Amino acid sequence: MASQTPTGNHTKAHITVNDLTMAFGSFVLMRDLNFAVNHGDIFIIMGGSGSGKSTLLRHMIGLIEPARGDIFYGDENFTRADFEQRQKLLRRMGILFQTGGLWSSMTLAENIGMLLEEYTELNPAEIREVASLKLALVGLKGFEDYYPSQISGGMQKRAGLARAMALDPEVLFFDEPSAGLDPISSRLLDDLILELRDSLGATVVVVTHELASIFTIGNNSVFLDPDAKTMTASGDPKELLAHCPDPKVRAFLRRGEKENV
Amino acid sequence: MADNSQLLFNLAGDSTLKVQLRGIWRLRGGRPSAALVEHELESARQVRDIAFDTRELTSWDSSVLTFLVEVSELCRQRRIPMNREGLPVGVQKLLALAEAVPERKGARREVTEASFLERVGTDTLGFVGSAKEMLAFLGDMTVTFLALLRMRARYRASDLFLLIQQCGAQALPIVTLISFLVGVILAFVGAVQLKQFGAQIYVADLVGIAMMREMGAMMTGIIMAGRTGAAFAAQIGTMKVTQEVDAFTTAGFSPLEFLVLPRVMALILMMPLLCLYADFVGVIGGAVIGVSMLDLSWITYFNETANAISLTDIFGGIFKASVYGVLIALSGCLRGLQCGNSSSAVGDAATSAVVTGIVAIVMACGIFAVVFYILGI
Repeated sequence: MASQTPTGNHTKAHITVNDLTMAFGSFVLMRDLNFAVNHGDIFIIMGGSGSGKSTLLRHMIGLIEPARGDIFYGDENFTRADFEQRQKLLRRMGILFQTGGLWSSMTLAENIGMLLEEYTELNPAEIREVASLKLALVGLKGFEDYYPSQISGGMQKRAGLARAMALDPEVLFFDEPSAGLDPISSRLLDDLILELRDSLGATVVVVTHELASIFTIGNNSVFLDPDAKTMTASGDPKELLAHCPDPKVRAFLRRGEKENV
Repeated sequence: MADNSQLLFNLAGDSTLKVQLRGIWRLRGGRPSAALVEHELESARQVRDIAFDTRELTSWDSSVLTFLVEVSELCRQRRIPMNREGLPVGVQKLLALAEAVPERKGARREVTEASFLERVGTDTLGFVGSAKEMLAFLGDMTVTFLALLRMRARYRASDLFLLIQQCGAQALPIVTLISFLVGVILAFVGAVQLKQFGAQIYVADLVGIAMMREMGAMMTGIIMAGRTGAAFAAQIGTMKVTQEVDAFTTAGFSPLEFLVLPRVMALILMMPLLCLYADFVGVIGGAVIGVSMLDLSWITYFNETANAISLTDIFGGIFKASVYGVLIALSGCLRGLQCGNSSSAVGDAATSAVVTGIVAIVMACGIFAVVFYILGI
């Protein structure tokens, strides 16, 4: 691989995105994406609407194949891995989809239990116990036998998070966690993300454009600029706010308000 | 009438065109065209700027704005300054807002009529693409079925039973109604013709053979394509929109095993039963006509039917029904999985599933007719 990563160190970073180009057919959405996510980071993928944030996340979890470039988890190349290898890597990831993505034909406990049944040696009673624990962690104790359609949108998000955590993943992906949540719920979700990172030691990747979230939880980020068709900044969002040379990034982080120089 | 929108022009001095807006300007009531202003500008060449007088404008809404945006465009083309001071403050602000962000270059879609050749080419490529997708899906499903045979496929048994209930027991009422009527229609058509030869009794043969060999399977197939095929496409399509399918994929559960396989199995198991039931109900429909119109007795009618049909006829029909079941389930699931990311796409998927299902059934029916003829069944 001739191209280098920003940190230049494969062994240290948890996730490395190398020279990634995202394209649909001949339409190039983003090119030359290079960044690294370190262990324990809460990494924000930010950018305006339609800049390809969610698409980047879908690339990172293998739902879309890159037009060019590679994604590494530790030293392992996720993009070029064969089916078995990729499944092994995916088992170490948990994903919270934008709409929750809960399986609507199953109760919350079954949603979580399904993964445990498939990938652990636990017996049904133990599975039920673990599922209850995961639901309790996101504040949904007692909702084991509800179907996703019977609970509110915010609760679905949290249940989705409980499912994402079912197998104690090393990386958690969040696609617009605060979309459709009221300010208080979204704040609680932010706190939950921080707490889970600290206690589980997981690396977290969050797609969001909520400034409040970006500054509260993020300690590393990339900024996608749809006009430049590439990333125009990366690093700690607080640093970027103060020192980023690109005025567009500063404007985004200031919510478009004028800078007092 | 002062309550309609009115437009008056007068030249103040030599060079200022004063446009007077009067009355009630409401979208609902229509509005004067900006072409009037253009006309005025054409006729008075010496005009150097435009001003507005809105003192007698009683009330206004977006109609004033659209009018003014057009006027402003006219002024820009002619390089005439437009003096906005005479306009209400609200209008001035909204106008400034509408013009604040310049039109994005390339945002406006060029609407061009594609030439005939271009359309033929695009459609051909689209057809090749969808044929490829269909083949890939069939290939994947074959692999999944082999996994099922080796007991390696994973799906939820509870899903399967629920689906069996949905496309088995719950389909009985509609299947009863349609096959009874098909039996009645066949008997009626036959009765009118056969009566001329005094051969009324052969109505029983006609209805029996037609139901067993073709109509039972065919009608069940078409009912299920409309009922269950559409439901499959809508269910899976919605699951795609709500990212449930993505969640299956990333969790390492193949959507083909978890979503498609139980649906195909449910229809393979239920279609033969429904077909057999439809055959029976169809014969009863025929018997009702035979007894009521042709003065046959129930016993005679059923004896004649029993003599006319053979087990081969019945099994042939049942075999066809299973094949139709596979076709319906596969077309429903394929269209569901191809579904785009919106609620209208789910509707399209359901429609397309029914069309694909029925086309597949009729084509298969034709193929069966030839093959059965060659095999002498």
